[in-house]
Amino acid sequence: MAKSSAIKDAEALLHSLRSAYTATPTNLKIIDVYVLFALFTGVIQVVYMAIVGSFPFNSFLSGVLSCIGTAVLAVCLRIQVNKENKEFKDLPPERAYADFILCNLVLHLVIMNFLG
Amino acid sequence: MAKVLGFLVLALSVLICEAAIFKPISDSHRSAALELFTPAHGSLSSLEETYEALRTFEVLGIKKQPDQRAATCATVVDTLSSPTSALKDLFQALRVNGLLNCELNKKTFAGIAPRLKDAVKSASSLLDYYYSVGSLVLIKGLNSDVDVHLESADSVVRAIKALSQSDGRWRYSSNNPESSTYAAGIALESLAGVISLASSEIDQSLISMVRNDISKLLDGLEKYDDGAYYFDEKLADAHGHQGPLSASSAVVRGITAFAAVSAENLNLPGDKILGLARFLLGAGVPGNAKDLYYQIEALASLENNRVSIPLILSLPTSVLSLTRKDQLKVSVNTVLGAAAPSLTVKLKQIFSSGSKDASVIDQDLKFDHKNAVHYLDALPKDIDVGSYIFTFEIVLHDSEHKMIYATGGRTKVPMYVTGVIKVDNAEISVLDSDLGNIETRKKLDLAGKNSISLSANHLQKLRLSFQLTSPLGHALKPHQAFLKLSHESKVEHIFVVENSGKQFEIILDFLGLVEQFFYLSGRYDIQLTVGDAVMENSFLQPLGSVALDLPEAPEKAARPPPQAVDPSSRFGPKAEIAHIFRAPEKRPPSNLSYAFLVLVLLPFVGFLVGLLRLRVNLKNFPTASAPAAFAILFHLAIAAVLSLYSLFWLKLNLFTTLKALGFLGIFLLFVGHRTLSHLASTSAKLKSA
Repeated sequence: MAKSSAIKDAEALLHSLRSAYTATPTNLKIIDVYVLFALFTGVIQVVYMAIVGSFPFNSFLSGVLSCIGTAVLAVCLRIQVNKENKEFKDLPPERAYADFILCNLVLHLVIMNFLG
Repeated sequence: MAKVLGFLVLALSVLICEAAIFKPISDSHRSAALELFTPAHGSLSSLEETYEALRTFEVLGIKKQPDQRAATCATVVDTLSSPTSALKDLFQALRVNGLLNCELNKKTFAGIAPRLKDAVKSASSLLDYYYSVGSLVLIKGLNSDVDVHLESADSVVRAIKALSQSDGRWRYSSNNPESSTYAAGIALESLAGVISLASSEIDQSLISMVRNDISKLLDGLEKYDDGAYYFDEKLADAHGHQGPLSASSAVVRGITAFAAVSAENLNLPGDKILGLARFLLGAGVPGNAKDLYYQIEALASLENNRVSIPLILSLPTSVLSLTRKDQLKVSVNTVLGAAAPSLTVKLKQIFSSGSKDASVIDQDLKFDHKNAVHYLDALPKDIDVGSYIFTFEIVLHDSEHKMIYATGGRTKVPMYVTGVIKVDNAEISVLDSDLGNIETRKKLDLAGKNSISLSANHLQKLRLSFQLTSPLGHALKPHQAFLKLSHESKVEHIFVVENSGKQFEIILDFLGLVEQFFYLSGRYDIQLTVGDAVMENSFLQPLGSVALDLPEAPEKAARPPPQAVDPSSRFGPKAEIAHIFRAPEKRPPSNLSYAFLVLVLLPFVGFLVGLLRLRVNLKNFPTASAPAAFAILFHLAIAAVLSLYSLFWLKLNLFTTLKALGFLGIFLLFVGHRTLSHLASTSAKLKSA
């Protein structure tokens, strides 16, 4: 009984989470999908490294760090764009997007240099 | 070359020291002549060389090659018929013709003779006289029809004589103060030619003056210890080939030519003529054609001269074996190897090389007519092994011959008498140091093989003894009597075996030798060397080994010297360096890599699917023309920057990339600002609305 109630609780929790997430604006959802895409790409590279070894190590590092960096930058963008965050109320989303672009370009210049 | 040869002869004679064997001309000269005078390109380069070759072959009795005769004769005829030929060329051509007998018509000679006579009259240098007079003599020898007689022979003799010096040497010309011995030889030959060409009797006072010159010239002879006389040529001039050999050769030719034409006897000392012959023979077989010609030509003129014909005493071998009972053989020949007149060779004295006292023998050698060899049946009884100097004397049977031949008194010849030395009573033993008790004793057979093995410690002694007896039972002290001990580590110790009379003995006291042996215990190989030049059975043989037990080395003991390093290992080529490349890292199978490439693309597909499910659209894209253009440019600029990054990865370097990125960045900033500010203004309008 306790078990089924726990499952029910979990189901209820998931359900509430899902309904709550549905209310999220579309542009934030796009960023979430983008973050997931970046993270999965990084995970696949780590798996590949675990299978065949870390040579050439700098290529592996730059690949994984590129994914992580991209994900972090996307998260930053999401924080700034989210209207719920009162802290960034005065910051227009266009400005945040421009920052995101600039940071990505700088990050990838370094990544490309390190790629070898 | 001749100078070097002179020095060699000098060095050789000093070595032999006052006794030497001179051998007459032999087959080695003939083969050398064939080799040296073989033309390099079919024919010899000049008539002079041709003459030297032909003359040498003639003297040595070598049949000249007929195939060269036609070509050489053509050159001779050309030279003689040409009215512009130089005096020297005419002379050489006539000399070659004298040997080859080319077919020349008599008009040729008739045409040349007046030219040569004019040349004699107008000659200014010694060589001019030599060539013109020599040519006339040659024509006279060939053809009696042509008048070659000189009317003013006296004045020509005076003109040549005017070039002579007080020491008997001559100058080449009046304006050249240098005098030379070679020139003296040429002058004497020219004078002999003038006398033979003279139409009337030459003034006797002139001839006696020349005789004076000859004796003065011979006073300047230099002497080697072995009885060889030679003329030293100090003048080095442009004529080349000037040295003792060429100078001596020229003088010998000059003197013999002069002696042949002068009516009275020149009274030349026979020992000096013999000494010159010895010098010429002492040169051995010269290494170049010129020297060989000088040697052979001078010897040929000594062979048939009116002064005195030298007789050369030579020995087929200077080593006699007592064991084989070799006979002492002596042959006497003229310089060119022809038979001597009947004579007796006497063995007068034998000097032992060690002592100054001589044993006087005075024994006649028997003559073997078949082999033309004088021999002694048996050596004197008291001759043991060793080196000796034998003194011979030649006694001519016919008293008239004594005027003709020069035998030079006594001839000293170094001889080596060898024999088998008896080695016996050889034994090796190990003794106790204190009491001298014999611990081990082994007999040795030094004629055969030995392989003894002994053992000793540092309190013992090693004794080796043997006896050497010469064939006559005397003691012999050989040049070398060494005992060598060599350790396993190649450290060697050599000891001299001392003797008292016949008995040879060495005692090695190991107690005193431990330091010298570097405290090295272990096996030492023993080797005994006994050798001498007169010992026919000299030996160097291993005797076996001795195992030495020596005490431990104290700390301060000297270390054994390092063994000599093989020089080829120090200076030889080093081992080749093979470059080792880094092994390539292990790469995964390519299928796996492709699979993961596809796998990496999957999240991107998932991203696109997610976008579709969120119903993303481009409605917010500006529709007005100018902002749309800026928006497109903005995206293009981002694409351009990313393409630049991939180019940087593929081939560009950081500097070119940063330069291009600077321009692109400014452009991107501009269009990005325009686009985003447009978007911001539209959203602001929406809000306010």
